[in-house]
Amino acid sequence: MDILSLFVIVPVLTVLILVFAKDLKQARTIALIGGLVQLGMAVNLLFEYFKERALVPTSESPMLFVKDYIWFENFNIHYTIGVDGISVAMLILTSIVVLAGVFISWKIKDLPKEFFVSLIVLATGVYGFFISIDLFTMFIFYEIAVIPMYLLIGIWGSGPREYSAMKLTLMLMGASALLLVGILGIYFNSNADGGALTFNILEIAKVNIPFEAQKLFFPLTFIGFAVLGALFPFHTWSPDGHASAPTAVSMLHAGVLMKLGGYGIFRVAMYLLPLGAIDWSWFFIILAVIGVVYGALAAIRQNDLKYINAYSSVSHLGMVLVALLMLNKTAWNGAILQSLSHGFMTALFFALIGMIYERTHTRDIQKLGGLLKVLPFISAVYIIGGMASLGLPGFSGFVAEMNIFVGAFQHQDLFHRVATIATISAIVVTAVYILRVVGIMLMGPIKNEEFNDLPPSTWFERYGLYLLLIPIIGMGMAPLWLSDMILDSLTPFIARF
Amino acid sequence: MDFSSLLLMRHEFVLLAILLLMIVAEIFVSEKNKKNLVNLGIVLFAIHTAIGLLPLTEGTLFGGMYKTTVLTHFFKSVLNIGVLILLLQSGDWLRDKVANQNKATEFFMLIFSSLLGLFYMISAGDFLMFYIGLELSTLPITALVAYESLKQKSSEAGIKLILSAALASGTSLFGITMMYATSGSLYFDLMTITADNLTILGFLMFFAGLAFKISLAPFHFWTADVYEGAPISVASYLSVISKGAAAFVLMILLFTLFRPLESIWINLMYVIALLTMFIGNLFAIRQQNLKRFLAFSSIAQAGFILLGLLSVDQLGATTVIYFVMIYVFSNLGAFGVVQAISNATGKEEIGDYDGLYRTNPLLSLVMLLALFSLAGIPPVAGFFGKFFLFMAAASKGYYLLVFLAVVNVTISLYYYLLVVRAMFLRKSDTAIPYFKSKPMMKLGLIITVVGILSIGLYAPLYDYLFEISNSIFKL
Repeated sequence: MDILSLFVIVPVLTVLILVFAKDLKQARTIALIGGLVQLGMAVNLLFEYFKERALVPTSESPMLFVKDYIWFENFNIHYTIGVDGISVAMLILTSIVVLAGVFISWKIKDLPKEFFVSLIVLATGVYGFFISIDLFTMFIFYEIAVIPMYLLIGIWGSGPREYSAMKLTLMLMGASALLLVGILGIYFNSNADGGALTFNILEIAKVNIPFEAQKLFFPLTFIGFAVLGALFPFHTWSPDGHASAPTAVSMLHAGVLMKLGGYGIFRVAMYLLPLGAIDWSWFFIILAVIGVVYGALAAIRQNDLKYINAYSSVSHLGMVLVALLMLNKTAWNGAILQSLSHGFMTALFFALIGMIYERTHTRDIQKLGGLLKVLPFISAVYIIGGMASLGLPGFSGFVAEMNIFVGAFQHQDLFHRVATIATISAIVVTAVYILRVVGIMLMGPIKNEEFNDLPPSTWFERYGLYLLLIPIIGMGMAPLWLSDMILDSLTPFIARF
Repeated sequence: MDFSSLLLMRHEFVLLAILLLMIVAEIFVSEKNKKNLVNLGIVLFAIHTAIGLLPLTEGTLFGGMYKTTVLTHFFKSVLNIGVLILLLQSGDWLRDKVANQNKATEFFMLIFSSLLGLFYMISAGDFLMFYIGLELSTLPITALVAYESLKQKSSEAGIKLILSAALASGTSLFGITMMYATSGSLYFDLMTITADNLTILGFLMFFAGLAFKISLAPFHFWTADVYEGAPISVASYLSVISKGAAAFVLMILLFTLFRPLESIWINLMYVIALLTMFIGNLFAIRQQNLKRFLAFSSIAQAGFILLGLLSVDQLGATTVIYFVMIYVFSNLGAFGVVQAISNATGKEEIGDYDGLYRTNPLLSLVMLLALFSLAGIPPVAGFFGKFFLFMAAASKGYYLLVFLAVVNVTISLYYYLLVVRAMFLRKSDTAIPYFKSKPMMKLGLIITVVGILSIGLYAPLYDYLFEISNSIFKL
């Protein structure tokens, strides 16, 4: 069995075993074992990747561990998998967040077996998406990742869960309508140089798709993925969805699933349709910058912790889109680092919010206060996460944002300058909403007598938080090996522009 | 004439034989054992299905009136399996409700005759045979729709169907006569279709008759009322077997006989596909009764089928057959669950399904799979069916149509999720209590689930279909 297919097989096996679980204890144990195995596999893959990459340079083969199985012969549909540095990083992110999600859901009450099954099906889709280099399989995994969200939010969510679940599912599926047309457009133009029609990304990248087609299909593919990446004005599913979702689902969704958007844009829309990307970049930069600023400003006005974090996600992921559209290596490196950093950070935030909500039964920051006195561990971690989020040096956020802005400033013209400055101004706003929450919720007097005897954090909660904290600090302290791996993998992309 | 050549009609002969056997059997079965007739009918049909799977040579009979190819043979087997699943699923209803009224044999007779009609329609080599097949397939069904004669809705549905069906087949016949007038023959091989006005008018009228059977908009008005009034097994026969066969025949005729009119019917299909999808989907949103709900959903599905017709080549033919095959399994899965619940509790509203997963998890999962397959969610079969249909349309550059079709998929997802919402998301104190399904119903549902899960992922099946669908152009 090849090293990559295991990322699909292990979760599927976990699901199959989970079906026989009898109660919460068995279900969570199985899910935990599955999560640990996946994390082990991801770490192992990282070392294997370095070993293999030392032998085979990127210029020779952009993807490693490539395996190719014919599936539907007539359409030239293959099950093709392979990874480069970017996907390896994404796989590690996924495995960590999934495991943390299992820890955080340790005490899920209602239908535990079904909860873990849906969670892991979602993870399967995400893993499969990151290892695919065939557009068809990629699309399948994309949809597999999206659909369980409906059940996860609808069954275990809170508040207007039915509404949020439906809105999220329909918006993401509607986006896949655009995406599907885009993918078909790419497919039917993949013989532009006289070869056979193919879904294989590496093959299509060698073809010169005519400019007219690129101009037509780039926005379709871009928006199709960007809805998942919360591009303004298609982000509205995200705050509602996150607010209604149970903790682990918010973590997985904001931490991992939304990354599919940026990754897909980069790997499919921009890599395969570079001329379209150059032609359209100004338009999408405007949208993305609006998203960055709007998300940050909206976060200031929210009182619900989850909404604050959801709008902050819109802002941070908007930055990823801006960076991708800057079309240079430094900015791209920043975009991918930002995806990773945001994945860990936002998962951390949602985990903390879940813990706070579980104890105080409110997410309204105006009703909370002085939590640092009663929940010292959780509050301290919240502050660390906040510092990382506003880009304090020493944490992952700084490394990512620094790269983005340096990359963005390489453009000399007025339009890009304005866009860059607007994006940077959002950093200031980020500091405002983070510090506002810290000030109101964590500092000050304890507002509610009942909060005096809140239970301290449990071992599984702490494990979940440690898992997410380690990469945040690690990336901030020692970013070079990661950024080197990503930069190296960016070479084939930059060669297209 | 060599009598062994008659064996080309093996499907029809065996079906006729078991039909007659049923009549004879009823004479010898005592009043007390009437229920066994139901089992006999199902077992006989299972044998017929098994025989049908044996390979069959290609050939023509009666100077080209009757034709059989690998493709028609394959498709007849698909219909056989569909009817078998349907009979398994309706076994309980037949035993408990119908056999008491001494109407079990007639049920089998009527449904077998209708299937026989579909077989002749599929294999028709000239319009006479075709028309006989069309009538033979429709008339018994009108009797079956009104089968629960004590229910007012059932009788009403029967009247509605027979009146509109008669009108439709009359229109069709009129169209045929016009085409006969211009081309001078009824044999498909001898007819020379040219794009003159009378032929086009004749084609349109003929098409209207078939569109009625597939319930394409604007010929769909009968569908919801008839499905609602008819017994569930009959509604499911109408929506799966009869519709699937008619779509198959439509495709064959368009791709071969009416190929000269391609420039005309392509535009027609384009418009009707859009109309059918939008009407079916938008009307389905508001339905509360599951039978009406599935009626509109099946109208929308018919619209998707037309997408495959737009690429007039082997790819289109394969995707249409592939989709119809998947549709048979998916829709039978959904109808099967509705029938199981209706048999046990008599409940047919979406609201009644609130909290179903917590009381009947397996049944809910079957429904979930069937609905996801209808909606086109991977990795179940429906996704592959839809995706390939879209590919067929996109291969000829109809990107806008594909986009609108996927928008329709999203709309349809909304109402399929409404059912999922009732079953999984809601909790209810008055949820349908747990009940055990009968073995036959279980078997019927298991076959559909296996089909839904495997057809899409198992690629060689598609490759095989692609290979044999070439024979469509030899007809």
